[in-house]
Amino acid sequence: MIPEIGHLALILALCLSVALGVLPMLGTYTGQARLIMAARPLAIGQGVFLSISYICLTLAFVYDDFTVQYVASNSNSALPVQYKISAVWGSHEGSLLLWVLMLSWWIMAVSQFAKSLPPIMLARVLSVMGLIAIGFMLFTLLTSNPFWRYLPEGASEGADLNPLLQDFGLIVHPPTLYMGYVGLSVAFAFAIAALLDGKIDAAWLRWSRPWTLVAWGFLTLGIVLGSWWAYYELGWGGWWFWDPVENASFMPWLVATALIHSLAVSEKRGLFKNWTILLAILAFSLSLLGTFLVRSGVLTSVHAFAADPERGFFVLVLLALTVGGSLLLYALRATTVASRTVYSFWSRETFLLGNNVLLVIAAIVVLLGTLYPLLLDAFGGGKVSVGPPYFNAVFVPLMVLLIIALGIGLLAKWKSIETNELTQLLRSPLLVALVLGVSFPFAYAGEFNASTALAAALMVWLIMTTWTDLKRRIRHQGWQRGLRQLNPGYYGMMLAHLGIGVSVMGIAVVSHYEANHDIRMAPGETLQIEQYAFTFEGTRDITGPNYVSVQGVVKVDEDGEFYTYLHPEKRTYNARNQMMTEAAIDPALGRDIYIAMGEPLEQGAWAMRIHFKPMVRWIWLGGVMMSIGAGLAVWDKRYRRRRPAKTSAA
Amino acid sequence: MSEQKSSTMQRLLLLIPMVLAFGLGLFLYQGLGKDPNKLESSLLGQQLPVFIGESLNAPIKAIATDDILGTPSLINVWATWCPTCKAEHAFLNQLVASEGVRIIGVNYHDQREPAQQWLAKLGDPYEFSIYDPKGQLGIELGVVGAPETYLVGADGIIVDKITGELNERTWAQLKPQYDELMAQAN
Amino acid sequence: MHTYLKALLTAITLVLSSGVMAAIETYQFATPEMAERFADLTVELRCPKCQNQNLSDSDSIISKDLRRQVKTMVDAGKSDDEIRTFMVQRYGDFILYDPPFKAQTLVLWLAPGVLVVIGLLVVVKVRRSKPAAPVALNEEEQAQLDELIKQKKENP
Repeated sequence: MIPEIGHLALILALCLSVALGVLPMLGTYTGQARLIMAARPLAIGQGVFLSISYICLTLAFVYDDFTVQYVASNSNSALPVQYKISAVWGSHEGSLLLWVLMLSWWIMAVSQFAKSLPPIMLARVLSVMGLIAIGFMLFTLLTSNPFWRYLPEGASEGADLNPLLQDFGLIVHPPTLYMGYVGLSVAFAFAIAALLDGKIDAAWLRWSRPWTLVAWGFLTLGIVLGSWWAYYELGWGGWWFWDPVENASFMPWLVATALIHSLAVSEKRGLFKNWTILLAILAFSLSLLGTFLVRSGVLTSVHAFAADPERGFFVLVLLALTVGGSLLLYALRATTVASRTVYSFWSRETFLLGNNVLLVIAAIVVLLGTLYPLLLDAFGGGKVSVGPPYFNAVFVPLMVLLIIALGIGLLAKWKSIETNELTQLLRSPLLVALVLGVSFPFAYAGEFNASTALAAALMVWLIMTTWTDLKRRIRHQGWQRGLRQLNPGYYGMMLAHLGIGVSVMGIAVVSHYEANHDIRMAPGETLQIEQYAFTFEGTRDITGPNYVSVQGVVKVDEDGEFYTYLHPEKRTYNARNQMMTEAAIDPALGRDIYIAMGEPLEQGAWAMRIHFKPMVRWIWLGGVMMSIGAGLAVWDKRYRRRRPAKTSAA
Repeated sequence: MSEQKSSTMQRLLLLIPMVLAFGLGLFLYQGLGKDPNKLESSLLGQQLPVFIGESLNAPIKAIATDDILGTPSLINVWATWCPTCKAEHAFLNQLVASEGVRIIGVNYHDQREPAQQWLAKLGDPYEFSIYDPKGQLGIELGVVGAPETYLVGADGIIVDKITGELNERTWAQLKPQYDELMAQAN
Repeated sequence: MHTYLKALLTAITLVLSSGVMAAIETYQFATPEMAERFADLTVELRCPKCQNQNLSDSDSIISKDLRRQVKTMVDAGKSDDEIRTFMVQRYGDFILYDPPFKAQTLVLWLAPGVLVVIGLLVVVKVRRSKPAAPVALNEEEQAQLDELIKQKKENP
């Protein structure tokens, strides 16, 4: 019964979305206030029904209803309950429902928190989001319905969730990432509404900004969680593989990063408005493209869902309608009137535009690299692979340029800055960055190394330029008053920029100084890496809720003193008879110790992989900082005012 | 006048993103349903690699490249652990029986005993099988997994390759080439 | 029919399951440099059978074989390029994660540089074109501008 209620609720949510997509939009053109006012209740309605639908699917998992096909193939009665709940999004159908659920929550949030929007604007924004919801609900119902049953008789036991997914990472990563992906639809809907309106003014920009920041924050966090999860779960100790699926989340991130900066310039200076609109459309388009790449099977990936060309075709049609339609609208309605605002070359505008251009180029390059094998094959050029060596080679220079431009842009002023003044401001950050950058590898490892020196210099550059800007801002008030007077948006920006430096540092150091040892270890044997001695003491058998496991016992000594025990595991999951490596990790800010077990060798010996990963945590720490920075910026009271500005409530 | 012109110009510029997006869409459309993992052998058109191997059935007997030359043949990579190999085995038997095709086996990453039993039980379509327990010959041939089937001319040139199951459908791809090779050889 | 399907599914999962384990081998090398070259090469070469994994991460049969091949060739004193050539002869460019620079990959390798040049030109051009083309504003736009100026004053 419960799955049928869920199924029905999904259909009802679809009906309400159709109403939401059509009626308020119609009302804004015919001027019927009742239709315009219907937007909010319809938004709430579709959200409620979709939530019901989602809860029903979750209940089917929790109560082991194996007559439901999706439950039978992705759950098992022995599966711990937290994984039953997250198994809902463990495969294609349910994760699509989660996608739609997030969308309907965003729609509800907009209808609730954007009350200060002019009703016509709000109606159009909600309608556009309703239209997107229609597409994805149809996609779910027609090609990927999670509520189908095995009738008349169901399976007696479920096939179990893929063991790789039975992990905390599955609980947090997909919802966070989807919040970000789908959240970009809000900026998109705002952009479309503005195009329909024909007017892109400061008020519009101010409404659009906090939503974009929230989505970007979630997207950042989602990517960080994904990277961290892959790191500890896949057993290879890698944290980024430039895999198509990873790239699919990275491209919208890059464009959304450009977007939040472009929104700022457009709001403050009234510049680049067309560009901002285009970025808003592109960011969401790329998030849809990601959905396509992940679910259509045109590319191979470690993380992809089962390939299905039919579903791919459906998403492609959705893409064509959404992206094609919005870009057509853009071509027809974007303004061709050049802005009269003047700024000189040495100004913050120039460098923010430069930052935007670099970020978009980075996104294009990632797209090109991801699709190139497909492209070449289509033209009969044979098979090639484009992997980490390519992406690193082209991406690193782009990021270096970006960070340099970031520092200069931060210290340049709006409109124009005297070159003397700018050089004056930049002199000491540049000097300090060079000196500390070059000395870092000597201090850290005793010999020079270009890549870590560069990363350290960039980080110092970011810190110093941020510091110089801060000093400049509060020079008249003194520290205490000055710091209190700065708005949260500024602190958010600072934190996010420093986060970039922290991530860059982590990436460079772990890439260069990590030590990997694949060795045979017999019980009692010891391996020394840096100041740590690893002694393999043997294995023991462990029985988990739905698996059996051989657990290795490794004693770690630091400088001859006992430090800790680590317990890597080799699990065999009962339902699928599938083997899994569970790495044991001792995390710390300065370094991770990472141990994975390979295969048993003769006489109780095992193949072991011991990694020493210095500063790997910094990569994710930086990401978390960026995400918190976005959160702080949203906290800015400018966005919380019920009526943003008297002049703009048109 | 010039103002209008520049405005039209700009309108056209604004169309660029849409045009690019549609190009990308069309391109993705043609990519649907293709297997991105399908790999063409890079040895097509080249001579069989030179090797010396061991016969599956008679451990002492060495087999070399020369033993394959002389007649157009199929080289079929198989193993007892491979379910698809089992699925195609009957077809291989039939191919030998009805069309007289010469098939040479490469017993890939397998053990001798079970492999011999498998042939005894399911029938032996191979003129002989080369025993390749460590996949050394596999690497020389560019094998990525079992089953794979190579079509080789009498002169030892690799003409085509099927990755995965050999059946009515995939044989249809090889047959015209095989017939041509046979015609040439006679 | 049903049991057949089930057997097939089990077979598929078994095949797939070999891929999720970390591949750990305990090869010994004569020098640390050789060990490092082995590590670098197996990361840079792609497993021809897997879903986008390098030789080092993959536990498939073919990856084990190819790792052993790399190991043998490193031990035999072959250069990195000789090893890459050996692999490309058998598995094509597909096996290289670092696509070689040639006619087919021209666009791939040149595009980033070209894009950066175009991008920088745009950044410079966008600014210069402004004062050169003063456009008369219509009323609405003038109002918009005034509004912006006003806002800017209120809200510096």
